[in-house]
Amino acid sequence: MQSFSALVSQLDATTSTQAKVQAIAEHLAGTPADDAAWAVFLLCGGKRPQTVPSRVLREAALQASGLTPWLFEECYAAVGDLAETIALLVAPASPEDPVIRAATAAPAVDASSAASADSTASIACTVSMASMAPAPSDVPRAEPSRLSLHQWMNERLPAWRTQDPAEVREALGQAWATLDATGIFTLNKLITGGLRLGVSRQTVARALALLTGLDSRRIAQRLMGYVDRRRPPGAAQYLALIAPEAETLAAAPTRGDPYPFFLAHALQQAPQTLGPAEDWIAEWKWDGIRAQVVLRAGEVWIWSRGEELVNEQFPELIESLQACRIDEAGGVVLDGELLAWDPFKDQPRDFAVLQKRLQRRQVSAALRRDYPVRFMAYDLLEAEGQDLREQALHERRLKLEQLAQQHGLHLSQPLPGAHWNDWSALRQAARAQQAEGLMLKHRQSTYGVGRTRPSQGAWWKWKLDPMTVDAVLVYAQRGHGRRASLLTDYTFAVWDRPPDAAGERVLLPFAKAYSGLTDAEIRAVDAQLRRTTRESFGPVRSVEPTLVFELGFEGISASPRHKSGVAVRFPRILRWRTDKTPEQADHLDSLKAFLSTPLDASP
Amino acid sequence: MNDLLRLRPEGLYCEAGGFFIDPWRPVDRAVITHAHADHARAGHRHYLVSRQGEGVLRSRLGAIKTQALNWREAVLHHGVRISLHPAGHVLGSAQVRIEHQGQVWVVSGDYKVQPDRTCTPFEPVRCDVFVTESTFGLPIYRWAPESQVMAEINAWWSANAQAGRSSLLMAYAFGKAQRILAGLNPDIGPIVCHGAMEPINAAYRAEGIALPDTHRITELPDRSDLARALVLAPPSAAGTPWVRRLVQPSDAFASGWMAVRGMRRRRALDRGFVLSDHADWPGLHQAIDATRAQRVLVTHGDVPVMVRALRDRGLQAEALRTEFGSDPDGDQQGTPGPAQAVRDIDPQDAGAT
Repeated sequence: MQSFSALVSQLDATTSTQAKVQAIAEHLAGTPADDAAWAVFLLCGGKRPQTVPSRVLREAALQASGLTPWLFEECYAAVGDLAETIALLVAPASPEDPVIRAATAAPAVDASSAASADSTASIACTVSMASMAPAPSDVPRAEPSRLSLHQWMNERLPAWRTQDPAEVREALGQAWATLDATGIFTLNKLITGGLRLGVSRQTVARALALLTGLDSRRIAQRLMGYVDRRRPPGAAQYLALIAPEAETLAAAPTRGDPYPFFLAHALQQAPQTLGPAEDWIAEWKWDGIRAQVVLRAGEVWIWSRGEELVNEQFPELIESLQACRIDEAGGVVLDGELLAWDPFKDQPRDFAVLQKRLQRRQVSAALRRDYPVRFMAYDLLEAEGQDLREQALHERRLKLEQLAQQHGLHLSQPLPGAHWNDWSALRQAARAQQAEGLMLKHRQSTYGVGRTRPSQGAWWKWKLDPMTVDAVLVYAQRGHGRRASLLTDYTFAVWDRPPDAAGERVLLPFAKAYSGLTDAEIRAVDAQLRRTTRESFGPVRSVEPTLVFELGFEGISASPRHKSGVAVRFPRILRWRTDKTPEQADHLDSLKAFLSTPLDASP
Repeated sequence: MNDLLRLRPEGLYCEAGGFFIDPWRPVDRAVITHAHADHARAGHRHYLVSRQGEGVLRSRLGAIKTQALNWREAVLHHGVRISLHPAGHVLGSAQVRIEHQGQVWVVSGDYKVQPDRTCTPFEPVRCDVFVTESTFGLPIYRWAPESQVMAEINAWWSANAQAGRSSLLMAYAFGKAQRILAGLNPDIGPIVCHGAMEPINAAYRAEGIALPDTHRITELPDRSDLARALVLAPPSAAGTPWVRRLVQPSDAFASGWMAVRGMRRRRALDRGFVLSDHADWPGLHQAIDATRAQRVLVTHGDVPVMVRALRDRGLQAEALRTEFGSDPDGDQQGTPGPAQAVRDIDPQDAGAT
């Protein structure tokens, strides 16, 4: 545990990827496999269910720090992270600073009696700071700090889940008392689920490559599925990660592993800049869940892009894919999209419908009937057990079409068109297909790992322009993590009626958004909001309507739950309209105008 | 009993004495706690300042009319007795004690109770009413001893120097920079200061504060020297061509705000060193208690929190709305803040009317 928290400190103390790779490799080299297994899991963003409720953590922190609840919540609001707030409050007080003592123990000057005849001149600082500052605990350094990472993860933390809260509070207090600030922070993060260390999986793969001498792409593939939260990692998994190549080919656990997903960039410029259209394949950009289907030796695995195994949520797909017997001649891996499907219109349904399936662990017959799903394949990564990722897209595509024909797979079809203008027109009609826009893929593109540099961009997502509206900022709240203590979570409103309408106009809140501004803009907005605060209700401030922003969103629906009567999907800030006054912001009618053009009815 | 001080649009005003303390608009008579820009503005006709702070104030504001007081030396102004007492914030920073008809008020300006070899330590002054800052008025802010932070900085510098990388340490030009300078170990390598810092360094040296030798960046043309150097620069220098001359710099920021991880990550820095010239939470309470004041007025910072915490402890506490704490050069978050409002009444414009 101590060496892992030392690694956390090291990773926190640099922004250089190379330094992080080095630090991780060094840590793993000196760590037993059962601890290294957890280190890799956590560094890759793996999460475990929270083992102590936040309420109990708070109670223990209040106990350990001696703070009142309101003051603790103020601290939490300023820090924006519970684990860190507690670490800052309960970490052992710094060694007593002799000069602080000197400064305050010195008599206060009583200048009215310059002659210093006044006997009150000797005023010592008598107040006990124990009520102000967390008292250093007297609990001697004991066992908790010596527990290894896997002991914490496999034994101690899971035990706390079922233990009596009073005992857990006691145990937490003892654990905190033996750890330094980083140790407390790390432990709290492990309790609440996982760490966010600014380490990408690519970085971990590079560290493991450095450690083993294997290719980092190969490691990246082995890492697929490693962070499945239902499968706690053990020494065996870690040893399989770092094993020489020959051994793992024979090893069974890797047979369901997918490949790292290849990701597209958002197209910001005109498509003409990509060169001649005949070099490209265009498809709908489906609004579903990106997934890989791995079929090997009669078995099927469906992996979401978040590397979660979603077999349980889609039992009928597993059955039908198994029935295809597509892997008779060796393993097959398909890349494609999971979609909720409307059998009558023969087209996808809204993403929200798909979510209903994802939220259930047990998928009932009724759910299967009411929300049928489909897997639409658009790429072939493996066939007859051979990795095809180095082949050009048009070759992979050809094989995919053959397979689809033989075995009855659903394919995402390339869109007709010979010119950018053709596809530009199709893109405008994407909403009618329940698509978000177009995907553009270079015919010669190989299937890479993750997101390559835009300059090497081979896959682009060419999304529809969002619907936009100019809205007024009316409420603000402090952000979390990197944006802690800045006001970055905003609520936006539009006027309830046009400017020329009778009656007093009122602002109606309709959306929350927190992204899309630069750091400099955030600071400027933060300052303005602090100056124009009307009232605070807990963490939320209402502010004078002074700031106007252009908001973009992907969809809109009528919603009786919202005061404005509408709910928008994926709202975000497009830009700060410093050129507009609040009076010039849009009103509800302009928002509702988007409603009256039903998605299905667009050309 | 009338309040000795009250707020006027120009700033904190003592009616009986006819003077202001750290006013934010030009006035006839200003008592200045310290030379940070949110407390010491240009355009006043008379400045009353500590002897130790006079040089820095002049180096920042140019030709101004000052009267300087030694620590604890008193002057009478319209029957109000004024004296200055060390605040321990930066060189020459003072608490202003005013006494009139048996009432004693102390305006602390900015202060810290931690030791700092570049200025006279904070001295508690007994009073009836204490005006306190609360920049770091939350229990999450508890400073480690300066010696520990300086050891971290020297270790970081030393590791960078061995790796052949410049160490770019961003710190506010007045106060923090000199405090760091005084704690650096010059054996590690050369020390470079941004041009904005040198006049202030000179003012410190003139007051007899021992600072190690510092160089302008142009004085180190040899890249091998720069690669071992510790380079001190104000935060505003980040990303400028000046910084681009450095050799694969590792960057860091020294500020109390660095206590919070999110603050470090927001600046995308390698290191954040937690070093502040303001009192931490225990320091604020220690200082307030030592004054024995029954009434405490809280200015810039986490004002509502501090007020409530003091009331919880049975003190009479109120918020005092000032325009302090907006100094981009002070120990602030770098938010433009009310500075915007201040710029609207640029002293030079106002002075012309």
